[in-house]
Amino acid sequence: MSEKSPMVQEEGVDMPSPAAVVSRDDAQSRRPPVEQPVFSVRDLSVSYGKNVALKGVTMDIRPRRITAIIGPSGCGKSTLIRCFNRMNELIPGAQVDGQVLYHGEDIYAPGVDPVVVRRHVGMVFQRPNPFPKSIYDNIAFGAKINGYKGDMDELVERSLRRAALWDEVKAKLKKSALDLSGGQQQRLCIARAIAVEPDVILMDEPASALDPIATVRIEDLMQELKRDYSIIIVTHNMQQAARVSDETAFLYTEVDEATSARWGILVEFGKTGRIFTSPRDKRTEDYVSGRFG
Amino acid sequence: MLLRRSVRSAPSSLSASGTASAGVWRRKGVGRRADSLFAVLAALSGVLILGILGWMVVSTTGTALPVFGSQGISFITSSRWSPSDGEFGTLAFIYGTVVTSVIALLIAVPLSLGVSLFLTEYSPKRLKGPVGQAVDLLAAVPSVIYGLWGVFILLPLFLQPVSDFLAEYLGFIPIFKGPPSGLSYFGAGVILAIMITPIITSLCREVFETVPGADRHAAYALGATKWEVIRQAVLPRARAGIVGATMLGLGRALGETIAVALLIGSSVSIDASIVRPGYSMAAVIANQFQEATGDHIRALVGIGVVLFALTIIINMAARALVWRFNRT
Ligand SMILES: Nc1ncnc2c1ncn2[C@@H]1O[C@H](COP(=O)(O)OP(=O)(O)OP(=O)(O)O)[C@@H](O)[C@H]1O
Ligand SMILES: [Mg+2]
Repeated sequence: MSEKSPMVQEEGVDMPSPAAVVSRDDAQSRRPPVEQPVFSVRDLSVSYGKNVALKGVTMDIRPRRITAIIGPSGCGKSTLIRCFNRMNELIPGAQVDGQVLYHGEDIYAPGVDPVVVRRHVGMVFQRPNPFPKSIYDNIAFGAKINGYKGDMDELVERSLRRAALWDEVKAKLKKSALDLSGGQQQRLCIARAIAVEPDVILMDEPASALDPIATVRIEDLMQELKRDYSIIIVTHNMQQAARVSDETAFLYTEVDEATSARWGILVEFGKTGRIFTSPRDKRTEDYVSGRFG
Repeated sequence: MLLRRSVRSAPSSLSASGTASAGVWRRKGVGRRADSLFAVLAALSGVLILGILGWMVVSTTGTALPVFGSQGISFITSSRWSPSDGEFGTLAFIYGTVVTSVIALLIAVPLSLGVSLFLTEYSPKRLKGPVGQAVDLLAAVPSVIYGLWGVFILLPLFLQPVSDFLAEYLGFIPIFKGPPSGLSYFGAGVILAIMITPIITSLCREVFETVPGADRHAAYALGATKWEVIRQAVLPRARAGIVGATMLGLGRALGETIAVALLIGSSVSIDASIVRPGYSMAAVIANQFQEATGDHIRALVGIGVVLFALTIIINMAARALVWRFNRT
């Protein structure tokens, strides 16, 4: 990780970094003078019933960055991302151990209401899942349940603009969201997530159900959004991780030969440029060079 | 990578049918013949059903026609039912059927929604199975059992005391005016509610369970509480199904014969008060068919025709409602 640099404030100015590997995206990101991690994950393990799905993950998520989680299928990427907004709780039998500190506060501490956590940490799913309501009501939903008292029309417009969807839907806000294309639906879901003004947006393979053009639009949108939000994205697509993210976490499945039990571990975590160009772990190298996965 | 994915998601049926039809355009053999045979059979059964329905309508209407002719519109607008004088006004029966069914729905629908939501959303796994099965079992109990139970247990222990209470303390409201009777619109409505609650509950439960997990998760991820998830994600998706379930329950309530006959009090009268005895269409047919002759029989069949028409009208209204829901 590079040092904090209070001097460099302007956008687009590359920062001299002793790490030598600076990804394209790092150059565009703005550095706040002092940076605390949004999330500090400490020795996190998750199991479903008796099966351990994820073991001993420790990592810091930096604010206003895009953090990609990559790894082969079944290694626990979705499991990990669901820990950030306590969505695992909705799965019967899921058990989370360890700590997830959000701005220093453990979101799994007793007394923490998951509903409140989710109001700070939004989520976009793999399949676009707009409600069977109008476009307008989809956006307004979250704001309403969060007790938003301001001008709803204005909020809807602002959210849709932020999600780069406004021009396409402004004439049919009262039409059903289900009539939109898949890519539009996914951007609507992003708009819906940002309408509640979260701090972090989690995205679990947000583009995997979309065509290449819709995918590019989502990726562009993420670049826009990271000015205001911290984004964590799970992706199967290594090019996508390399294109969009600032930091990359590589998860891999460990197998216990004796019991053939399998669980995910965090193999390597660091700047995306470095992970892809000079990985330290053999498994990361094999994976990013496409030798397995 | 991107390319590979888009190829993978191309419909696989394309290639499958491509190889199947390559070279041989016309498929012969048993499979093909079975196919056309099945098509014919399916068409025949369809025609048969329509035929039976048409036959029923025509023959019953035909039987009742002389009475329709002699009574005219008063057959459904008059409540004077005096077979010995040749007067056949059925309004009291229509009224009783409608009132008892409405009472049944008013009780059964909220109750069913509550039970089915509890079972799908709130109840711990341990309870879900047994309670769900008990509900399904209740739906299969024959109506005469409900009727007898209603008369011997529910009437003295619940219906009579509640009727007395309503008349005593709320009697100033016309619909609860005394003198109260346990055998009443209210009594029949309650027994109907008990009968249709299991059906509606069972159907609603299935409807709620088919609401996609994605909808719930979307709502949860926006910081919704469980109740907000139910209100905003589950119920809107289930609206059409709830209406459908209600209509099935209503259908059963409208046509229910024996349990109502036992509990409605069999009084040919129209009373605004639900704690007074009345009569229903199905009940009067069942009670009087044995000893009826001539025009009396024709009039009873005529009541059946009206009941049938009423059911169809309500069903069509329900369909229109469901259709409107599905459009939005
Ligand atoms: N709801 C669940 N109930 C039980 N086990 C689960 C559940 N979800 C995931 N698992 C298990 O946890 C492990 C990790 O699954 P997870 O979905 O997190 O993997 P993933 O990396 O997201 O995979 P993919 O790339 O295929 O989406 C798997 O072994 C899986 O079987
Ligand atoms: Mg996954």
